[in-house]
Amino acid sequence: MTTYDLSDDSVVVVIGSGAGGGTLANELAQKGIDVVLLEAGKEQSIESFVNDEWASFAQLAWLDPRTTSGTWRVARDFAGLPTWICKTVGGTTTHWAGASLRIREHEFKARTTYGEIAGASLLDWPLSLADLEPYYDKAEDKMGVTRTHGIPGLPGNNNFKVMWNGATRLGYQKVHTGRMAINSEPRHDRNACHQLGFCFQGCKMGAKWSTLYTEIPAAIDTGHCELRSQAFVLQIEHDASGKVTGVIYADADGNQQRQAARAVCVAGNSIESPRLLLNSASSMFPDGLANSSGEVGRNYMRHTTGSVYAAFGQPVHMYRGTIMAGIIQDEAENRPERGFAGGYELETLSLGVPFMAAFLDPGAWGASFTRKMDQYANMAGLWIVGEDMPQSSNAVTLHATMKDQHGLPVPNVHFDDHVNDIAMREHAFRQGRAVYEAAGATDIYEVPPYPSTHNLGTNRMSEKPADGVVNAFGQSHDIDNLFVSDGSVFTTGAAENPTLTIVALAIRQADYIAEQMGQGAI
Amino acid sequence: MTKMILDRRRFLARTGQAMLVFGASGTVMFTDAERSWAMALDRLDAPTAETLLRMCRALYPHDALGDMYYAVVVEALDSEAAGDPATATLISEGVGRLDAALGVPFAALSPGSQTEVLTLMQADPFFQKVRGAVVFHFYNNPLVWRHFGYEGASFEQGGYVWRGFQDAGWLIEPDAEASPPVAYGEGAQP
Repeated sequence: MTTYDLSDDSVVVVIGSGAGGGTLANELAQKGIDVVLLEAGKEQSIESFVNDEWASFAQLAWLDPRTTSGTWRVARDFAGLPTWICKTVGGTTTHWAGASLRIREHEFKARTTYGEIAGASLLDWPLSLADLEPYYDKAEDKMGVTRTHGIPGLPGNNNFKVMWNGATRLGYQKVHTGRMAINSEPRHDRNACHQLGFCFQGCKMGAKWSTLYTEIPAAIDTGHCELRSQAFVLQIEHDASGKVTGVIYADADGNQQRQAARAVCVAGNSIESPRLLLNSASSMFPDGLANSSGEVGRNYMRHTTGSVYAAFGQPVHMYRGTIMAGIIQDEAENRPERGFAGGYELETLSLGVPFMAAFLDPGAWGASFTRKMDQYANMAGLWIVGEDMPQSSNAVTLHATMKDQHGLPVPNVHFDDHVNDIAMREHAFRQGRAVYEAAGATDIYEVPPYPSTHNLGTNRMSEKPADGVVNAFGQSHDIDNLFVSDGSVFTTGAAENPTLTIVALAIRQADYIAEQMGQGAI
Repeated sequence: MTKMILDRRRFLARTGQAMLVFGASGTVMFTDAERSWAMALDRLDAPTAETLLRMCRALYPHDALGDMYYAVVVEALDSEAAGDPATATLISEGVGRLDAALGVPFAALSPGSQTEVLTLMQADPFFQKVRGAVVFHFYNNPLVWRHFGYEGASFEQGGYVWRGFQDAGWLIEPDAEASPPVAYGEGAQP
């Protein structure tokens, strides 16, 4: 692996190695641009992943201290764990389920489509589906998304069969095994899915796309990328002109290092990215970097979610095979007559017994709970993924007193459901129940949201600098050589799982950065 | 340091009348046919451990599962108490409140009364400590998974692609557009 001197100010520093950062690093390196890729977590591998829910959680999850506030159920059930994302090389692409859906045209124009909604800070994205389509195409090819580029769909497991039986009886038309970045056949030197049932724990087949064993090694192979794991970035520095000049990070031994940079790209997820910008406040930027709008950390979105599990008179063994084994897309359109703006997807989901006990009804005990658990083998499950409303007051902020292991203020994640979110969730719970009733369920359980896996919006893209943090290329409005490269740039949440869009935006951003560097603009 | 770990098979070989024996210090032995095992304890005394065991069962009652599966939780709490005096105090005082609630030892209460006592204690940090420990330790035991029909790790068996991921024959088969056949190997279409 090529290595770069700490004082080498010709490199682009990318902070975070997940869907955004890992992809961006590779795209830049392929163009011959030198990249130092800093990842806070340790490096695992297909070999070191474990088929064990709690052990894997300890291996991959981001467990640094965080606090929560607001009326969302997660703040009550999992007060110190607002998110279920990863601190490891590859970031949350080690953990994600693989669903790869394009955001719809009308969702890029959320403010125009939905109109003014009280309490919501809706904006149109500063780019359209047409702008992103060529990059979606590249992303789908790169990731190997099923049902695109001639790649066959995945076979549906028992959990999908239950969903399909109920959904088709209910009259739903768009029910299939999804567009998944999981190989249905060997492709790009990666194995095919063997239906292990441990997508969330790191795919031990390597069938699911993760930057850990695709983008990152490809970037290193170019000779233009150095990966430094266990490098936790504490602060981004700038000069008197306001241009960023490098980053301070804590290395594996806790020693502080300074890496110089020509440009810095922040891809630490919607919690850590705004936190880093806020923690980088200086006398010149007292409210944090790239925050002249005051929007850094605001408009936090996490998708309107919830799960429905149902028990049947016969075995299902939902844990066998892919976690997101299928999807119902009939509710994804915007149909205001349902009583809410936006739409939602219904996707199968399964948990093993250890996580089922923790998530089925957090805090519950007694015979009513154990009776549900005793139905485990006969259960099917689905997850709601819907567009939630951005709200200015839903925000990642710095805790006033609590500090992390590096002495930095921990992030607080505040979230209140918007009434539109609640109306959508109730509709989705009713439809989820109807699906399972139609499939012959004996018992149906509504399950509250898990800690958030889809964390969006806290450095949002905007046409006008006053409305957001970055432009349509993820370049900060305030500082030309400071970029954001993760899901925090989403202007609105849309109904689709976000990873494909994060990857498409990263590919597009790499073209832009190369162009700007070529022109000497940065 | 565990003072004594008993060989569970040694007791499995025994029959005889149900008998709770407070044996070697720090070890609770159950020697009836259903209790042919022992809890190895470092810190907690036997009556405390027995009460905790009853509490774990009352919190998450699965009639088909024997006490030995709940004892895993007690052992975990004991290990934590051995390394952390605050936890030891939390447990000993909490068990004291369980026994004091109705004036009759918790272990001697009927299931209905145990539930009543626990309901009144839900906000107690001791209650939350034990409840969390059951969720984590009891349901994370591969032996317990068998009861629930969960098979655990699958990679070593090659996953489920040839082992029943589509075997729910009581359902109508989805069409091939919705759910294509396995695209490789012995299940692949020619």
